[in-house]
Amino acid sequence: MEQPLRTLELAGITKSFYGKTVNDGVSLSLKGGDILGLLGENGAGKTTLMNILFGLYRPDSGSIVLDGKSVSFKSPKEAMRAGIGMVHQHFALVPGHSVLDNITVALHNSPFFYPQKAARKRVVSFQEKFHLDVPLEAKAWELSAGELQRVEILKALLNGAEILILDEPTSVLSAIEVQQLFTLLRTMASEGKIILIISHKLEEILDLCTRVAVLRKGKIETQRLTQGADKRQLARMMVGHEVHTEQNREEIAAGEVILEVENLHVLGDRGELMVKGVNFQVRQHEIFGIAGVSGNGQRELAEAITGLRGASSGKVWLDGRDVTGASVKHLSAQGVAHIPEERMRFGIVPNFLLYENAVLKDYHAQDFSDKGFLNRTAIKGFAEMIVENFRVTTPSIHTPLKNLSGGNIQKLILGREITGDPTLLVASHPTYGLDVGATEYIRTHLLARRNAGGAVLLISEDLEEIMTLADQIAVIYGGKFMGILHRNHATMTDLGLMMAGVHP
Amino acid sequence: MIRWEPRENPTAPTSTLVTAGSLGAGLVAVGILFAFSGVNPFFAYYKIFSGSFGSFYGLGETLTKATPLLLTAVGLSIPYRGKFWNIGAESQILMGALAAVTMGLFVFPGLPAPVFILALFLTGAIAGGLWGIIPALLKIKLGVNEVISTLMLNYIAVKIVEFLVNNGPLTGKSKRGYPYTDDLLPASFLPVIPGTRIHWITLALGIAAAIGVFFLLKHSKLGYEIRVSGENREAARYAGINFLKVSVISMAISGALAGLAGVGELAGIHHHLGDPGSLSSGYGFTAIIVVWLARLNPLGILLSSFLMAGILVGGDAIQISLKLPAVTVQVVNGIFLLFLIAGEFFMQNRPQGRGEK
Repeated sequence: MEQPLRTLELAGITKSFYGKTVNDGVSLSLKGGDILGLLGENGAGKTTLMNILFGLYRPDSGSIVLDGKSVSFKSPKEAMRAGIGMVHQHFALVPGHSVLDNITVALHNSPFFYPQKAARKRVVSFQEKFHLDVPLEAKAWELSAGELQRVEILKALLNGAEILILDEPTSVLSAIEVQQLFTLLRTMASEGKIILIISHKLEEILDLCTRVAVLRKGKIETQRLTQGADKRQLARMMVGHEVHTEQNREEIAAGEVILEVENLHVLGDRGELMVKGVNFQVRQHEIFGIAGVSGNGQRELAEAITGLRGASSGKVWLDGRDVTGASVKHLSAQGVAHIPEERMRFGIVPNFLLYENAVLKDYHAQDFSDKGFLNRTAIKGFAEMIVENFRVTTPSIHTPLKNLSGGNIQKLILGREITGDPTLLVASHPTYGLDVGATEYIRTHLLARRNAGGAVLLISEDLEEIMTLADQIAVIYGGKFMGILHRNHATMTDLGLMMAGVHP
Repeated sequence: MIRWEPRENPTAPTSTLVTAGSLGAGLVAVGILFAFSGVNPFFAYYKIFSGSFGSFYGLGETLTKATPLLLTAVGLSIPYRGKFWNIGAESQILMGALAAVTMGLFVFPGLPAPVFILALFLTGAIAGGLWGIIPALLKIKLGVNEVISTLMLNYIAVKIVEFLVNNGPLTGKSKRGYPYTDDLLPASFLPVIPGTRIHWITLALGIAAAIGVFFLLKHSKLGYEIRVSGENREAARYAGINFLKVSVISMAISGALAGLAGVGELAGIHHHLGDPGSLSSGYGFTAIIVVWLARLNPLGILLSSFLMAGILVGGDAIQISLKLPAVTVQVVNGIFLLFLIAGEFFMQNRPQGRGEK
């Protein structure tokens, strides 16, 4: 590539959605040959920033300067024309079509007749240059995740990408595939291309990237050369500063073991192993926190404990009884309550009225149904009780639940789940996306549950929340616990490192 | 370009307005079709209306045809609320009639009339229900798409009946080689309202079913489970709802009601089973339009089945008086269904910039 070095500059990019600032004056400066690792927790604004660069969103203010010229993309197509390519976390290939067909469809300016023939020529030349080994005749569904990713990269390169964005590229890859990917990316960088990688895996970023930037709450915390970067410092920046908020937590000695998980393995939706041998106990008067960036097996773990998903091996004991593979109904009857993640998707029926949602888990209980018919009076009374006790702000219990704010919906779910004093409460990301007031409210109730003698399993990627509430803290990474720490021995820095897959 | 945004909650007036709009647009489209066939659309509509609602005879015929539509559509409303798309009501009607005619010819003779009739209805309900369970099991156990399986089961049922009736084991000895079963004993004939073909027992069953299913969906535990499964599958999983149980029971009831309709046609009108097309003449498919016209509300089906039956009877009338081809009625029905489905978009969305901000 005998052309002048490319430069890319983002200056003061600001973007907000519905009044919430997601990117706040973000500036980056890169030149050909750079590999930038963009670190940050989920929700830090990494993906939004890259989507702006790729033309999916337009910034509220700030500018993108490419080779000294200010550019503004109205669509990904324009971004691609300017030489920007993006490989998303989830691949967009037609499973039943061959790799070559998939590539051909994605190519710009391919001829009308026999487009595959023209595409094949170009593909082969690029394959040789970058050692991009993909079977062109295979159907896309036959490919491994690593191969799919190479196809996506190939697509971007064929469309003339000089700047390549990869969103969490290693999350679906095996260790060998990760190394192959890194070799490929280094080759590309040595050709003068600019590469941006979104990730939360510290080790990988330090291994691969020439530059690193940390994004936290929409702002750039630091931006520097990778060489000589301090791992601990980066991890700290990622998760924020040490906090010392002590909620009104009493010192109570933990009691009997309520939940015991023994060498648990759980498969994910696509049949891959997501939980790889986890061991822990949760006792009465105890909040057991599981920290970690989401996607590291938390969801599968919580689902296996609450009966939504089977275990591929290992055991779950509740009160000394083996409940591995028990149904949701059985576990619920045994006193397992669950505040699910993605409350709109799992926790409620948005189109149902509030009171109908109040018994989603317990509609079949004796109090609420009689000889196959629902006891509406009892259900409405129960709903009124939750609304009052848990301060759910709603016009009435006859309002469709989707009309309520996230905080009020979560209060209803909380009320529904903890009324009746469950022995075990599994709370997944209970305050995600809530405002400060609702967050405090939910946290207070989780602590109250602990104080009252309940066992609470708290899954959250908000370290502040884990540090504030949990008695024991485990960090999950790649489906395994990096360690279990007592709250007095846990520091934000150590947890941050463990979340990024580094043993402190 | 008009931009659209999701409608928060379609209110009852909106829903009525959209349905009326869909029907109105359908009327216009069908009217254009009439015009192209060289018939004055207004005259055609006049003929349809007077043919179906304008005389004692017409009204009687309309109620006769409304009966199987009502039962079948009420049945369909149950799985549809759970987003289980049963396209197989036609075969459930047929299997109900087949089982009833078999038992009625070979097992039940000798029973007193009321018991005979009760036994026929029970047989039909059980057969239709069992036939309806098959796609539910296929879907939950093997992941077979229910639209495909219910649709295919229609053909299977037709072929079974053809095999049995056309020079087969059930071919009637009194029918001189025609592909009919023997007639049922008169003791099993359903009484009709004099001067009409309305077999009122089946009609009463249909009205009772509409009210019963309305309460089932709204007030029962099962209804709650069906509605949660239809509205939010993930939440249903979270609530511990057993999809197998819910699908099997809703399809069993759905099939049973279609089976009752089959028995009604058999014992109320035909008294024997012949060519599969003559017993039901597509009620199982028309019922799909009927149930959507009522927006899956069982009480609404009371009205929509009557309306649709009117179109069917009126269609027969214009076929005779205007010399339009026989398939015209089906074309008309198809057009109305298209407009109703298209109307769903306006139910879920509204033009941007209107309504509250």
